[in-house]
Amino acid sequence: MDKIQIVLIVVSVLFILFVLRLTKKNKLREGYSLIWFFLGFIVLFFSVFRGLIDPLAAFAGIKVAPFIIIPFLIFVTFLLGMHFSIIISKLSEENKKLIQEVALLKNRIEKFEIGSNSKE
Amino acid sequence: MKVLIIVPAFNEEGNIKSVIKSIREVSLDIDIIVINDCSTDNTEAVAKSLNVDVISLPLNLGIGGAVQTGFQYAYNNNYDIAIQIDGDGQHNPKYIKELIGPLSKGDADVVNGSRFIDKKGFQSKFFRRLGIRFFQLLINILVRCNITDSTSGFRAYNTKAIELLKDRYPIDFPEPEAIIILKKRKFRIIEVPVEMENRAAGISSISTFKSIYYMVKVTISIIVEFLRSNNG
Repeated sequence: MDKIQIVLIVVSVLFILFVLRLTKKNKLREGYSLIWFFLGFIVLFFSVFRGLIDPLAAFAGIKVAPFIIIPFLIFVTFLLGMHFSIIISKLSEENKKLIQEVALLKNRIEKFEIGSNSKE
Repeated sequence: MKVLIIVPAFNEEGNIKSVIKSIREVSLDIDIIVINDCSTDNTEAVAKSLNVDVISLPLNLGIGGAVQTGFQYAYNNNYDIAIQIDGDGQHNPKYIKELIGPLSKGDADVVNGSRFIDKKGFQSKFFRRLGIRFFQLLINILVRCNITDSTSGFRAYNTKAIELLKDRYPIDFPEPEAIIILKKRKFRIIEVPVEMENRAAGISSISTFKSIYYMVKVTISIIVEFLRSNNG
């Protein structure tokens, strides 16, 4: 086993444990942790079964096997970016509804207060 | 008929007083709600000193979110008609009666005030007019409806339209897209001629710098809204 392989195994295991810890401490929601677990396990899988990279690269038509990491990383980065855009869109829509509801309620409360003050 | 004037205002302390005054000159029998879009100036205090009802958004939402809050208020309080009049003094309230007319007769669900029918008053800059022409063409192709001034916010809505738009109104640059939202659901939109003013004080929310972004964003929104399913 090469040094780099050992380093990668250790790093990916640490990464998975880190994601697990964040999820346990409620700093990362289960739904959003899935994509990070997935990423961690893929790296771990290919660091353990290093031999599988060569046929995969050959299948993708990449001559120098390690370079398969580049399209993979680009793909994952795109996916993550999309994932966050979707979440942010959803959040801002929910946020808008909350802001509107708060403003409408504030307006109603002010009117009730004026009403009860004038009765006193 | 219960009529509500929705006045969206963002940093309009210099204009809001004359806007309110000129609405009251038209009629004292209509309610006014100012939607203060988290202004950093004295818009709220000035509006309240004039004895108008103010809804203050705790965070800035932009014109679409502000006007939508007005629709929600109109819906909750059972208004028959809601009219948007911008807080910057662009919309001349003397046309309120013309906007209400077709709604009270039941001839339309939405009445759009257009500055390009009689070609009177402030006509906007050349490139802005060109953009509006383009939207006119696009809307005409997609939903077969001739709207000469799709970027006009000077509009009157009936209960049916209020009920729809309180849940579904675009957050930024909402006016052209709203035409598609309404037209796809077979709402009847007609236009009446109005005059608009160049804003009196303060700065417009759409600078030249933003105009390209505006064109691209609105064009995409119009097309996407057209493709969207009616319940989605």
